[in-house]
Amino acid sequence: MWIARGKYILDRLIRGLPIVLAIVVVNFFLIRLAPGDAAQVLAGEAGAASEQYMEQIRRQFGLDQPLYIQFFSYMKNIAVFDLGYSFRHNRAVSGLIFERLGATALLMTAAMVISVSLGILLGAIAAIRDRTLISHLITIFAVVSYATPLFWIGLMFIIVFSIHLGWFPTSGIITVGADYTGWRAALDVLHHLVLPALALSCFYVALYTRLMRASMLETLGQDFIKTARAKGLGDRKIVVRHALRNAILPVLTMAGVQVSAMLGGSVIIESVFGWPGLGLLAFESLFARDLNLLLGIFFLSSILVVVTNAVVDVIYTIVDPRIELKRKQAHG
Amino acid sequence: MADAAPRRPSIIGRLLRSPSGACGMLLLTGVVALAVAAPWLYPDGPFEMVGAPFSPPLEEFPLGTDMLGRDIAAGIAYGARISLLVGAVATLFIVVLGTVIGGTAGYYGGRIDSAVMRITEFFQTIPTFIGAIVIVAIMGPTLPNVIGAIAIVSWAPLARLVRAEVIAVKNREFTAACLALGMSDLRIMLVQILPNVLSTIVVAGSLMVATAILFESGLSFLGLGDPNVMTWGFMIGAGRAAIRTAWWMVTLPGLAVLLTVLAINLVGDALNEALNPRLKR
Repeated sequence: MWIARGKYILDRLIRGLPIVLAIVVVNFFLIRLAPGDAAQVLAGEAGAASEQYMEQIRRQFGLDQPLYIQFFSYMKNIAVFDLGYSFRHNRAVSGLIFERLGATALLMTAAMVISVSLGILLGAIAAIRDRTLISHLITIFAVVSYATPLFWIGLMFIIVFSIHLGWFPTSGIITVGADYTGWRAALDVLHHLVLPALALSCFYVALYTRLMRASMLETLGQDFIKTARAKGLGDRKIVVRHALRNAILPVLTMAGVQVSAMLGGSVIIESVFGWPGLGLLAFESLFARDLNLLLGIFFLSSILVVVTNAVVDVIYTIVDPRIELKRKQAHG
Repeated sequence: MADAAPRRPSIIGRLLRSPSGACGMLLLTGVVALAVAAPWLYPDGPFEMVGAPFSPPLEEFPLGTDMLGRDIAAGIAYGARISLLVGAVATLFIVVLGTVIGGTAGYYGGRIDSAVMRITEFFQTIPTFIGAIVIVAIMGPTLPNVIGAIAIVSWAPLARLVRAEVIAVKNREFTAACLALGMSDLRIMLVQILPNVLSTIVVAGSLMVATAILFESGLSFLGLGDPNVMTWGFMIGAGRAAIRTAWWMVTLPGLAVLLTVLAINLVGDALNEALNPRLKR
């Protein structure tokens, strides 16, 4: 079993390789699609630089070489994770990105946990108490937050909870100048995390609530639930032990698929809350016209999605043992 | 369902029958009317400085002014034009791309199908919003580029949906009969298969309009909107600087996005129930 699982994980990762490769190719051609001189584009804000500087960039990126040689050296660099140089930050892109990865991972994990657990809870309640006031309220909440733009709900949170009530800080990840250590530092980060994580989960809570409700209603109507009832099991046991476990599966699948979309959402949320992760870095690179950095972020976030999708697939085989590891290809 | 009676009400009639569908239609009609009427309501355009800056709602102007003294209401009215335009045109591209690509893959199968599936897998893996940001940042923030970027990153799910539907219809007997009669592939696709998958495309497309509007507002919020047109996302992005003193500058345009997207989603859901009554729960 464990050997099969290990082999499956390996298979799953290999299957992601062509996608990573395709992203590299797309990135390579995107920068050359930009109107104007590629050297100018890569120079970003430093574009006002001297002709000598531009010449140096051309040589450095091999822009004076034929296209296929450019492509070859580009691939060679990517293979050792050399994503080029950010002229704005005067640093290697890969270093900059890795520095910011942790904050984004923290934000996304928090949002994921909040949205999946809240979505499952609300969806299950709406299904169990079908056609009651509470289920209608949950449905209305889900429909409205499904239509709410992420950046707007973030700003509304800031207006209400930071500016008027003063409960949470408006931006950043730590209190600047406080120099907390140990538990105080962790609590400080948590305090800063609350609003961005809630804002980012808003849309997904709605999504998972809708999905969970539908899935739960379907499961509750199935024969094995009737069997459990006929056996004389109590309502609570039926819901928790039988229905919930089965109904959760579509939500988990969807949560895996949504990692990619959530990364996009975190660009917006991080820009709103000044949360110093990949998204804020992308936002800053937009303003600095630091396109090489932006492409590096695009590349890394795509890899993140490939890896998470693989991880989710593996988790799925653990949660649902019915899925045979070998036949998993068809479900991917 | 009960609709199987001989005289079936029109689609609009069935849409209006569900309360949420009727609500959505009402809201959507309002937004469309506002967009159409914008040049008559505010002939000076959304960029005209008409009053004192930082004027709160219900004083000099019903929705107040922004930090340059521009009328928020005018901005919202003109923003509606851009949002609806982007939503409609991007969706048109998405539907055409998704239907042609997904339909071809589903109908012919084999190597074409697996190649198309690989490509859609790519587009479904990349973080689409970041992809759109990259495209607009590189190609330049113009309205056509924004629309193009949204369409490029969003067609894949629709292609998959159309493909699955086409495969289901293709294996039905009437398609085989047409083939036996010597009908050309194109004719079978257009006359026999397309009408059968149309309702799926219409429902998915209508929900796509809402997603495209959210995408556009997000892009222009980040400063990637066309600077020559007023958009809701731009208004919110600009109002952020005054968030401590002037709540209405970010709140009101955001409400416009919310209500528009909500309206389209409600109509889309009602359309789904009207066109695919079997799916109704």
